[in-house]
Amino acid sequence: MGKPNDLVQGTLDLLILKTISLEPKHGWAIAKRIQQISGEVLQVQQGSLYPALHRLEQRCWIKAKWKESETGRKAKFYSLTAAGRAQLEKEAENWNRLSAAINLVVETS
Amino acid sequence: MNWTRRLWTRLQALFRGRENTRRLDDEIQFHLDQQITENLAAGMSKEEALRVALRAFGNPTLVKEETQDTWGWIRVEQIARDLRNGARSLWRTPRFALVAIFVMALGIGATTALFTVVRSVILEPLPFKEPARLLHLYEYFDDVFLYNASAGGVFAEWKKQSTQFSELAIYSYRTEYNLSGSGGQLPEKVRGAECSWNLFATLGVEPAFGRKFTAEDDQPSANATVVLSWGLWKRRFGGETSILGQTIRLDAKAYTVIGIMPAWFAYPEHSTQLWTPIYHEEPAVEMQALDTHDFASIGRLKPGASEAEGRAELAVIVKRLHEEHRDNPFVSKGAMTRPLLDDVIGEAKTPLLMLLAATGCFLLIACLNVASLLVAREATRRREFAIRMALGGGRWRLLVEHLTESFVLSIAGGAAGLAMAYAVIQWFISTRREMSRVETIHIDGWVVGFAAGLVLLCAVFTGMTSALSIKGEQILPSLQEASRSHSAGQARVRLRKWLLSLEVGLTVVLLIGAGLLLKSYKQLRTTNLGCITDNVLTMHLSLPEAAYSKGAQRVNFYQALLERVRALPGVQSATFTRMVPGEGYGGDSGFAIAEHPPLPEGQYQLGVVRWVDPGYFAALGIPILRGQTFDADQRLDKADEVIVSEALVRQYFPGEDPIGKHLLTIGRRPFKVMGVVGDTRVLVARDPRPMMYLPLYVSIYDGVPTGGTLAVRSNRDVSTLALPTQRIIQQLDPELPVSDVLTMDQIVGQSTSDASFDATLLLAFAVLSLVLAAAGLFGVLSYVGTQRTTELGVRIALGAQRDEVLRLMLWDGLRPAGVGLALGLAGGIAGTRMIRDLLYGVRPLDVSVFVAVAIVLLLVAGAACLLPALRASRLDPMQALRNE
Repeated sequence: MGKPNDLVQGTLDLLILKTISLEPKHGWAIAKRIQQISGEVLQVQQGSLYPALHRLEQRCWIKAKWKESETGRKAKFYSLTAAGRAQLEKEAENWNRLSAAINLVVETS
Repeated sequence: MNWTRRLWTRLQALFRGRENTRRLDDEIQFHLDQQITENLAAGMSKEEALRVALRAFGNPTLVKEETQDTWGWIRVEQIARDLRNGARSLWRTPRFALVAIFVMALGIGATTALFTVVRSVILEPLPFKEPARLLHLYEYFDDVFLYNASAGGVFAEWKKQSTQFSELAIYSYRTEYNLSGSGGQLPEKVRGAECSWNLFATLGVEPAFGRKFTAEDDQPSANATVVLSWGLWKRRFGGETSILGQTIRLDAKAYTVIGIMPAWFAYPEHSTQLWTPIYHEEPAVEMQALDTHDFASIGRLKPGASEAEGRAELAVIVKRLHEEHRDNPFVSKGAMTRPLLDDVIGEAKTPLLMLLAATGCFLLIACLNVASLLVAREATRRREFAIRMALGGGRWRLLVEHLTESFVLSIAGGAAGLAMAYAVIQWFISTRREMSRVETIHIDGWVVGFAAGLVLLCAVFTGMTSALSIKGEQILPSLQEASRSHSAGQARVRLRKWLLSLEVGLTVVLLIGAGLLLKSYKQLRTTNLGCITDNVLTMHLSLPEAAYSKGAQRVNFYQALLERVRALPGVQSATFTRMVPGEGYGGDSGFAIAEHPPLPEGQYQLGVVRWVDPGYFAALGIPILRGQTFDADQRLDKADEVIVSEALVRQYFPGEDPIGKHLLTIGRRPFKVMGVVGDTRVLVARDPRPMMYLPLYVSIYDGVPTGGTLAVRSNRDVSTLALPTQRIIQQLDPELPVSDVLTMDQIVGQSTSDASFDATLLLAFAVLSLVLAAAGLFGVLSYVGTQRTTELGVRIALGAQRDEVLRLMLWDGLRPAGVGLALGLAGGIAGTRMIRDLLYGVRPLDVSVFVAVAIVLLLVAGAACLLPALRASRLDPMQALRNE
């Protein structure tokens, strides 16, 4: 359980929402995908993934369905709801603004 | 809609918990399997693949628990489970649980009961319309008479000139009427109030039946009218509305009943049974006098007007009157106001707040004690917690379990406490009937809410205090430590000692308070009224003016009465007076001394006035120090003698012989000083004041006094004389009721009963606290003793003297008691200031009380520590070491 690449508090939700915005995915695939896309920089703590997924589900931003996975076993696939899509846009926008601001500070000084 | 969906998800989580849990298992298992498959593909061995997957994932059970925690409703289930666990673990230690619940119940019960009383009596607004705008108005005379009653003439000026008040009303403080019987009923003395016609409108109340007074009813020439209280109407007139418009006989005069007030209405006193119009009842002279301070006034502020503005305006009016009548020193100089509620509560406020503070302290002590018990319990379960944490139990979960346990205790204690509070309140109401607003005391939603809040507070307080000891626990050391029993749980013992010091400190504060009140009560009881109180029976009667209009009639009645009562077998002496010592202030009068130069403008001389028959001083054993009592011929207009008290001589005749001098008093008539008598007290708790005695048969103003107190002294049990005496009165006048048949001892007892009640109650709390603190000390030291068994065993084996061990252990226990004592003494010095008003003849920092408390505390603490210390010193070293 390495700490160095811990995600910034609250960004895990954004990453999850973004990852499943194109197609439904199960938990393992979500973790894997985040790791790959970020070029192995972001290591999702798998332990915190599931509480996050279930929290998002409780808030009705994502919904889940049991489907056959690529290996033929049944797995729980998560996909965005309409509310989730709106939330994603909002959080992405927030993130963009924040990171742009941080960039600005880092590069000018 | 989003929220319907959300609700659906939550409901699913609640009702399909087991299914959801199974699915979560599947989900996580799927994740792990995927990871293992990947690891295998990367070329790991089977075991390594599993290990690496688990390491990346973390503790699956913890993840599951954390995930379940996000399922909205699951928390309810969790709490229910925790509560069940808590209850079960308490069930296993029933003795501990019962003691803890009992202690909690005592604390919560007492505090809730006192809160109920304080809320109903002090916090609840008066049941009148917009009560916040109602003020009680006083004249400001000087600093001795800060809140002085108002004179009729001053009130009239207020009414005429003030602009800040929408209504102003005046009433008499206490009037008694003889209510004649009809149809075989006995005559009865009832307490009434004379009031201006707009009193009800000022308060904003309407009669339940009939009508209010009108301005026409409230003048000397009107027909006599009366409004009845609900209670009197039900009791005396059978609750028939046909009484409206009929006449009843008060003081032998006919009054038309015009209205009946609602059942809840009680003003100015809760014993007020009827109201009459004041300008009809009182002579016009009295209602115009500027210097006879006999009445109470209230006012309703106009919307937007403040109390300060109202008071300033009234003060200006009085000041102007004062300037216009500079020759009369008894015209006041200003005005004071007070919210009506403050006036109604009167003297009940300080003792109630003190008792509430005491119960608060007691509750805190109870909580500390339970917390201390929990900490001790923790110690025995320490190993269990360490193992659970080693197995991956979340710290938060352990804390929550902790809290639920104290929560279960507090809830059980709270339930028992509420039941206890109910019983206590019933008892309180029945023992304190005389207290103002006692009839309003009741348990309602607020009280239940308060009790619930207390339960929560106690639960969190005890839980958190005891949980302090598991915070930051090192797992390994505590597993190691638990296997050997020496020097264990140092931090925990330290915490318990701190709790104990606090407990002892609060106990000391309570003990000091109780000690001061007890001493003050003892002072009150041993105070000499200045007369004989043993075997003296008193009763009130008053002669209705209608039947005894002439002074001579009254004189004849009094003389006949005394003559017959004195002839009763067993009667030693009998006398008639306006008031016996200890009954109250009565009234006072200004006077001048004819032989002295006139007083400078604005100065006055004041004496309490008593009318007595010549046998008064002999009958009550009041010593005649100089001169003699009245001559037998002191009757009606011929009466011109006065007897003065020692205090009056001390103050107004310093270094002079007063005998033969003349006092110019009531009506500016000269009265010749015949004698000087010993001082008596108007109330037990008041120092003697200058007093002048006028002959009972004197005719002044409206003639011979119309009533007062008959006092009968016997050399055996005087209560057996009550009936024969009343029979004599019945024979003299069958229409004449008698009231307040009391012995002098009872009168004294009544006036000190509040003091005794407060002192007893506070003492009870203090003693309970002392017991709790002693139990706490005993518990901690016993615990320390068992913890140190091995160490002490080794010490003794190595040759330590037993009395050295004893001293060591005693010192260990007495140190926190000593710290607590110091804390408590400091707290006592700060806290007793609050009860200064309740003390009589005792200073708040009474050294003897503080010393006595310290000694008692040290003795009790020593006794509590002695047993465990002795046990430790008698340790058999072989036995102790073999235990390892």
